[in-house]
Amino acid sequence: MLLAKTLKELGYEVREAANGREALEVIEAEKSTLTLVLADWNMPEIDGLDMLKRLRRNPALSSLKVVMVTTETEIDRIAEALEAGANEYVMKPFTPDILVEKLQIAGIHP
Amino acid sequence: MSSQVAIAEIHPENYRFLQEHIYSHAGIVLEEDKQYLFESRLAPIVRQLGLESINDLCALIQSSRLPEVGHQVVEAMTTNETYFFRDPSHYDAIRTVLLPRLMEERRDTKRLRFWSAASSTGQEAYSLAMLLIEAGLSDWNIQILGTDFSSQVVERARSGKYQQIEVNRGLPATLLIKHFRRSGADWHLCDPVRRMVSFETIDLRKSMRALGPFDLVFCRNVMIYFDAKTKMNILKELHGTMYRGGWLLLGGAETAGGVEGCFERQTVGNAAVYVAR
Ligand SMILES: C[S@@+](CC[C@H](N)C(=O)[O-])C[C@H]1O[C@@H](n2cnc3c(N)ncnc32)[C@H](O)[C@@H]1O
Repeated sequence: MLLAKTLKELGYEVREAANGREALEVIEAEKSTLTLVLADWNMPEIDGLDMLKRLRRNPALSSLKVVMVTTETEIDRIAEALEAGANEYVMKPFTPDILVEKLQIAGIHP
Repeated sequence: MSSQVAIAEIHPENYRFLQEHIYSHAGIVLEEDKQYLFESRLAPIVRQLGLESINDLCALIQSSRLPEVGHQVVEAMTTNETYFFRDPSHYDAIRTVLLPRLMEERRDTKRLRFWSAASSTGQEAYSLAMLLIEAGLSDWNIQILGTDFSSQVVERARSGKYQQIEVNRGLPATLLIKHFRRSGADWHLCDPVRRMVSFETIDLRKSMRALGPFDLVFCRNVMIYFDAKTKMNILKELHGTMYRGGWLLLGGAETAGGVEGCFERQTVGNAAVYVAR
């Protein structure tokens, strides 16, 4: 909710998906116009890490940025996500400012 | 009745007293329209001391019965906001241009000294330390000094402990997992970073020449609170602590104009930097 609202205020068009499987379908359908995927870790069906790994196996999506936004705050988990190809990692709770700064670190300038 | 007491206006003579008290103790100028700021920052002290209003607080400070309260009020009125890698264009400039030049100049001694003036809770000094480690300067003799007027923030900076919300801000996740360890709700900076940095309580309006000489000085987001004369004196003092050719980095709303012949403004990438002449 906060995520989508913040991104819309930054001028982005936002697509939402209820779980990892639905997200992968949306990404596949809209890959030509998609800049960024924000993924929670804990999603039903396919979790965020699993989704990230699948995205990174697809060469057609190599320039797609993926930022994890999650309540998972163990160092090992953060390391796992970065190793799997996450461009940045935002720990919940966060503020809109934090999100903007993290997107900038990931090379996205709203 | 009691609610009237709680929202009692600060009497004009007390407002003037607070302005003068804070100006004389920290050099910070608070204009006429800062009623709300006094109220929100001083209410906790009023409550903690079991007083009725800010007017009572002023009377207490004037009586000199509890000298530490006067200091507490000044600390409460300073703005301590800071975060890791604030103003990323400065760090880009250091990484790509300033540091390579300094390394070339100091290649014989392999010694570099940095200063984060008005370091608040330490994020600026530690960001620089992480940048230097990432740039491969671990085997150099590096000293980063952080100083602030407020002993409270200096204590926090020394502890090297940050809350989750603080490490979430501005800090790349790769640096978080490399240089921090989690301990309960806190994140602790690791020793290699902490070893490069030390902190001291120092008022920027005092003579600072004994601290130098420095190769690079951060003095960001503090001079905006000072009047023109204080600013000018501080810029002269900063100049006196720097090697000729050393770099000064100021906050986004600050400039080093007005001090004849001391600093030359240059642009590096998206950052304005000042070279000491
Ligand atoms: C907004 S913070 C800036 C922190 C950091 N430099 C940054 O840019 O993120 C301002 C700091 O200046 C300190 N300060 C205010 N007056 C001062 C003075 N006269 N001497 C030294 N420090 C002062 C405050 O205690 C506060 O921590």
